[in-house]
Amino acid sequence: MGGAKYAAEFELPDMAHAVLVQSTIAAGKILGFDLIAAKAMPGVLVIITPDNAEKLHNLKPAQQKVTYPLLQNADIKFNGQHVAVVVADTFERATAAAAAVRVHYRATKAVTTMDQAFSESVTPKNFSNGRAKPDSQIGETSPILPSGTLRVEQIYTTPIEHHNPMEPHATIAHWSGEQLTVWTATQGISGAQKALSSLFGLKPQNVTVICPYVGGGFGSKGNTWPPAVLAAMATRQVNRPVKLVVTREQMFTSNGYRPRTVQRIKLAANPDGRLLSVRHDVKTQTSMPEVGEFAEPSALITRMLYSAPSIGTSHRLVQVNHGLPTYMRGPGESSGAFAIESAMDEMAAALKIDPIDFRLRNYAERDPTADLPFASKALRECYAQGAAAFGWEKRNPAPRSMRDGHMLVGMGMATSSYPTNRMPASASVHLTADGSALVRSGTQDIGTGTYTTLAQVAADELGLPLGKVRTQLGDSRLPPAPVSGGSMTSASVVPAVQAAAQGVKAQLFALAISHGGFQWQSVSPDVLTLIDSAVDGPAGRIGIGQLFTLAKIKQLNATAGAQPAPDANDYSKHAFGAQFVEVRVDPDLGIVRVSRWVGAFDCGRVLNAKTARSQLIGGIIYGMGMALFEETRIDRNTGRITNANISDYLVAVNADVPEIETIIVDSIDPISNPLGTKGIGELPMVGAAPAIANAVYHATGTRIRDLPIRIEQLLA
Amino acid sequence: MQNFSITSPSNLPAAAAAGQNSDTAFIAGGTDMMQLLKNNVITPSKLIDLEKLSLSEIKSENGVLRLGAMATMADVAAHPVVRQNWPAISRALLLSASPQVRNMGTMGGNLLQRTRCLYFRDTGFACNKRAPGSGCPAIPGDSRDLAILGTSPHCIATHPSDLPVALMALDAELELLTPEGTTRRMSLSKFYRLPGTTPHIESNLEAGQIITAVILADQAIGRLSTYLKVRDRTSFAFALVSAAVALDIEDGLIKNARVALGGVGTMPWRVHQVELALCGQKPSDRVFELATLRIGEGAQTTEMNAFKVKLAQRTVVRALQAISA
Amino acid sequence: MSLPDTTRRTILGTVATLAALPTVSRADISEPDAVSGGLGLQNVTLQVNGQQFRVTLEPRVSLLDVLRETIGLTGTKKGCDHGACGACTVHVDGRRIVSCLTLAARCKSKKIVTIEGLSNGGDLHPVQAAFLHHDGFQCGYCTPGQIMSAVALIQEGHASSADEIREWMSGNICRCGAYPNIVAAVQDASGNVTEGG
Repeated sequence: MGGAKYAAEFELPDMAHAVLVQSTIAAGKILGFDLIAAKAMPGVLVIITPDNAEKLHNLKPAQQKVTYPLLQNADIKFNGQHVAVVVADTFERATAAAAAVRVHYRATKAVTTMDQAFSESVTPKNFSNGRAKPDSQIGETSPILPSGTLRVEQIYTTPIEHHNPMEPHATIAHWSGEQLTVWTATQGISGAQKALSSLFGLKPQNVTVICPYVGGGFGSKGNTWPPAVLAAMATRQVNRPVKLVVTREQMFTSNGYRPRTVQRIKLAANPDGRLLSVRHDVKTQTSMPEVGEFAEPSALITRMLYSAPSIGTSHRLVQVNHGLPTYMRGPGESSGAFAIESAMDEMAAALKIDPIDFRLRNYAERDPTADLPFASKALRECYAQGAAAFGWEKRNPAPRSMRDGHMLVGMGMATSSYPTNRMPASASVHLTADGSALVRSGTQDIGTGTYTTLAQVAADELGLPLGKVRTQLGDSRLPPAPVSGGSMTSASVVPAVQAAAQGVKAQLFALAISHGGFQWQSVSPDVLTLIDSAVDGPAGRIGIGQLFTLAKIKQLNATAGAQPAPDANDYSKHAFGAQFVEVRVDPDLGIVRVSRWVGAFDCGRVLNAKTARSQLIGGIIYGMGMALFEETRIDRNTGRITNANISDYLVAVNADVPEIETIIVDSIDPISNPLGTKGIGELPMVGAAPAIANAVYHATGTRIRDLPIRIEQLLA
Repeated sequence: MQNFSITSPSNLPAAAAAGQNSDTAFIAGGTDMMQLLKNNVITPSKLIDLEKLSLSEIKSENGVLRLGAMATMADVAAHPVVRQNWPAISRALLLSASPQVRNMGTMGGNLLQRTRCLYFRDTGFACNKRAPGSGCPAIPGDSRDLAILGTSPHCIATHPSDLPVALMALDAELELLTPEGTTRRMSLSKFYRLPGTTPHIESNLEAGQIITAVILADQAIGRLSTYLKVRDRTSFAFALVSAAVALDIEDGLIKNARVALGGVGTMPWRVHQVELALCGQKPSDRVFELATLRIGEGAQTTEMNAFKVKLAQRTVVRALQAISA
Repeated sequence: MSLPDTTRRTILGTVATLAALPTVSRADISEPDAVSGGLGLQNVTLQVNGQQFRVTLEPRVSLLDVLRETIGLTGTKKGCDHGACGACTVHVDGRRIVSCLTLAARCKSKKIVTIEGLSNGGDLHPVQAAFLHHDGFQCGYCTPGQIMSAVALIQEGHASSADEIREWMSGNICRCGAYPNIVAAVQDASGNVTEGG
């Protein structure tokens, strides 16, 4: 601890420091800069503005992943947009000079909140990267419902939320010869290499991206955001290494956020608790089109979560003068589950049916919208095991019926689900004579334990002690791997590591047969095993070192790729879970505190129980923050974020978090990938917020439909 | 942050003399000062470090408690005499900030902590307190955390500290050193100023004056006291509403009561009308509830912070219940 | 295939590679004549982890930035730079403080201990070992601050119950949400840490 190097911590000689300057208006044009004072300050090397910024290449295609603003014109599209970069010899001097930059604007009318343009929504152009359509419908759009049908129709909202990883976004860029090297905090080194080479008109091999450790990302480090590009621009301008660390305040407009969502849910059910129709219509905010487009896919979860004869969903966007939203832990599912799982609780209450029972009565045996079987689904087991561990049977269903002294006690639950994703990936394995192996892959460890998991897999495959296997990640010169997002790193990269390790193993077996001596020559490789650093077979054992000596080699290498099986598209692939939470609500002061939590998850095979549990706990706590604290607030007159810091953007602290019990139900997914894993990173976040809101309803009788749940909403 | 020089005078007169210039600032624990400097809210060219002035002693003598202005929040909170005789002070400090910040922050510095109003701390906004005459965008803006008592059309910034709320309730006095070298006492109730038309002037401390100590003399009212803080998360957050209460109960009747509020006022807010309503009464929930009904008198609320009236009433009731139970 | 529980040792990196750095001058600052006073540079000797570091700095430089940018001790992290996250926690004269709100120039003749000074040679401090054992971290970025806080908390005597640990660890934000494991690690270590440890 303390030794791991994050992006901002590499030492290069003669390093300069860059600091961003951001706009203070939400819409308009830069008329000009007054740089006289700033330029005169000690240590200032250059001030880059749209007037002298390097003209970038291929801006259009790159805008898919690299967003406005890159100092390419004088337009202002949101408050907090980058308008200049100050480079100086020290951090303090660059910071002081940045504060001395004066910008003259012509402000125009801005849309600062969704409400101001709510009726002017548009259909997303690139919804879910083309993997899904914005709208869906099975059955009748407006089925005729029999008399006696119960209805729930409500609007649920989630606010703007910011990822706030503890490590700020940071880049060290070094332009030397024709080579651009960047150390940058990213969840995707391959994507960063592609974006930077494209923007600067360089060959991909002339851009090296290095990121051995990421201090948390949660989606905010998935894209290549402007600060990394501007750092690269700065090093090309000053011809020395440049370090650019985005301040916590600036991070609120530099690297995306979860957009505000306004979600209308309409449920209809018969008195027996069978859903007759489900509608989920989502409006979310996006930025102005020149900045880019992102649609939070909140209703995707409703398409597959419960069975009903009529299920319809839609997504629309409201364009606002804010920066570009992006993926944030459980993108779509986290915000969408708050709406659908709150509405399900409301319907269960209206039906007077236990919330778990109501869900079981509408259990989806197949994905109703995709009309496909699930690759695997053990949600029933999650409900049963979670409820048993939690003591759900002790819950008196009547709201406001349970107390502990003065405090109201509430018990709530919600379902969780997240898609099982996988993308092509590659890796290499190198085995040396001393029986130690090196695993290499161009993936990154964002805190999920990728270093450890990949080493474990290779050690397991090669019959080596774990201490003999090293992992090297986070360098674009390594075999390429996908972005660390969508809970798919293990599913994508582990099969590649396995394949590479198997490649090494096959070579070892071939060597044993060819060099092991007479007895080995007739042995089939199929009967050989690799165990305790030796090849083991009917002809005896040969140690790896001995084999290397016999074969006169120093190293065995294999590189392999792995990609999703084609038949995987014949299934709907998801992880599932059930969240159970107990809250204490102070009836006079409106204070909500979580007192107990049980989460039961069907996340497929677990590769490392310890790090898996850590991720499950972490996701639940992220969800607690979403439910109770997190909200980015906007000054509606200026479109400027008011609480752009972490003493006013509240996230959960240690004292907010009780003991958390996690249960991993026995389940292996035979379809989605050869490991049987289903992904863990996002799943535990989904359903956490509605479980709390449902528990608050049970405690108080007050239904909160707007997150976060605040004291003033509960001051009866 | 603009650059500055630092001097560390080793005696009080030198410090007071050095502090008279308008572009100088005293630095104590520095926890708030550093944030103000980093945000360019203040831009002094000279800092005068008070650390070498031997002002950190905590002394209890003949029932009088003297807290040196440079005593840290952590040391005062943990002091056995404070915990026993003035529990509201210890509670208020322990509910402030984080353990690390409490190891740095001082008595004097905490009294002078600037508002957490988000508009004040971001130079991207106008603010009458930071830039007099530039306007107050907070009133029509994001006002949830802001004050409902003592406000003016020019400023509704909340005083952020917990400690002075407790001190206000307990009739603390401040010991000040003037640049001329004389020591004077000032009641804390006379120390803070309402924003009015000059929200940038927050106290009656004059240029060069140094707070040297906080004095508490009335032990009878301290022993049965507490501090209750309502905030959005369990720890490490500023108060939405807080209450310091103290009771002197004799023969089952309230002989003397003190109630002060935090999180709702432009300065730590003493509510005398509640105290008067409590005096002579037998402590009960009913009495507490009736007494606190008058808390909202004179409150100027916005749509976003109107809930603080009710929350303040209930916070005071709960605090009174806690010490009278 | 079922893999054994393992700790994330890799994140330890090279903890104990603190070669002696007797003097560090900030060569990138070019204003030698200003050292004498005014708004210029100061020469300050800092005692960090038992070593003396002579640094030339502007008075406005925070202890955090001197540790990270000048001395090269990057184990202490910058998360918010405003005292709100605790990632920069170090010990000054035996107390935990946030180094981002501390001016380096005010630390003359004070004893500073950072995460790099916690382990004794190659041996992990018991609190570090407990964090590894209980997986008290994920991305690792807040971890040095958490550990410095935890070591202090145990010395302060605030580890008597899980609730007390939660409250007294609340100055250190972990966005990955490792809190329950952190509490377990502190509880575990508090039984092992001897006086002065």
